[in-house]
Amino acid sequence: MNLDATFSALADPTRRAILARLVEGEASVMELAAPFALSQPAVSKHLRVLENAGLITKGRDGQRRPCKIEMAPLNAANDWIERYQQIWEQNYARLDDLLETLKQEKPRSKRKKK
Amino acid sequence: MSAQVTLPSDREVRVTRTFKAPRQLLWDAHTKPELVVKWMLGPPGWSMPVCEMDVREGGSYLWRWKSDEDGKQFGFHGTFTEVKEPAKLAHDEYYDAGDIGGSMPASDPALVTLDLSETGGVTTLVCTMRFASKEARDGAVATGMTDGMEMGYARLDDLFKQAA
Repeated sequence: MNLDATFSALADPTRRAILARLVEGEASVMELAAPFALSQPAVSKHLRVLENAGLITKGRDGQRRPCKIEMAPLNAANDWIERYQQIWEQNYARLDDLLETLKQEKPRSKRKKK
Repeated sequence: MSAQVTLPSDREVRVTRTFKAPRQLLWDAHTKPELVVKWMLGPPGWSMPVCEMDVREGGSYLWRWKSDEDGKQFGFHGTFTEVKEPAKLAHDEYYDAGDIGGSMPASDPALVTLDLSETGGVTTLVCTMRFASKEARDGAVATGMTDGMEMGYARLDDLFKQAA
């Protein structure tokens, strides 16, 4: 699994829109090209990037060539972000505990009488 | 609120979190070594045997972590570039691979900026790490994270900038 290729592939709004459409179900190249003001070759170029990143697979159903989304690379990218978030959440959970201790050591009290 | 991770650009990672504590205490927790070692430990199983900090603009710091399991160490060192108590703290970060290894070039420090703001006893912390290169972000993000983390992450290009 290549996170580099996944994030690069996801770095384009047209490709993200294509993936969003494929989440709903398979579609042919023509069906995928329809919503965009792009030529079919331009859309095919995007599909090649997605295919090289393992984000879609293309069937060989005669002329239709249905495209299908593959979730594994997206899950890997999401896992990366989640792990990073978990590290920091662990740090900050400890920090929460420490802050409680510090708050008790320095209560917001009225001025001391001399 | 749990920590929120965003990717504001192709070479930045940002963590945002709120705390029910005055801003001054968050500042203290980030700038006093005896406090830093109590929380900035990463995943369970690590200690922080070295935490030296000279918190002033131009002052240096040295951080080292050690694995409880196998004793391996790694760390960061650098200089404080901005010290504006209690609102903003910035430092550069040079990675020291120690026994862990990793691929961050020594000449490409990251820049870490901590912004603290408080409203009604609740402090919002925003910690942004900016890397000199996307490749540097690979190595830096992978350090401190023990097993299972893929080293292959690199280019985000405009991904999250556009998705945001």
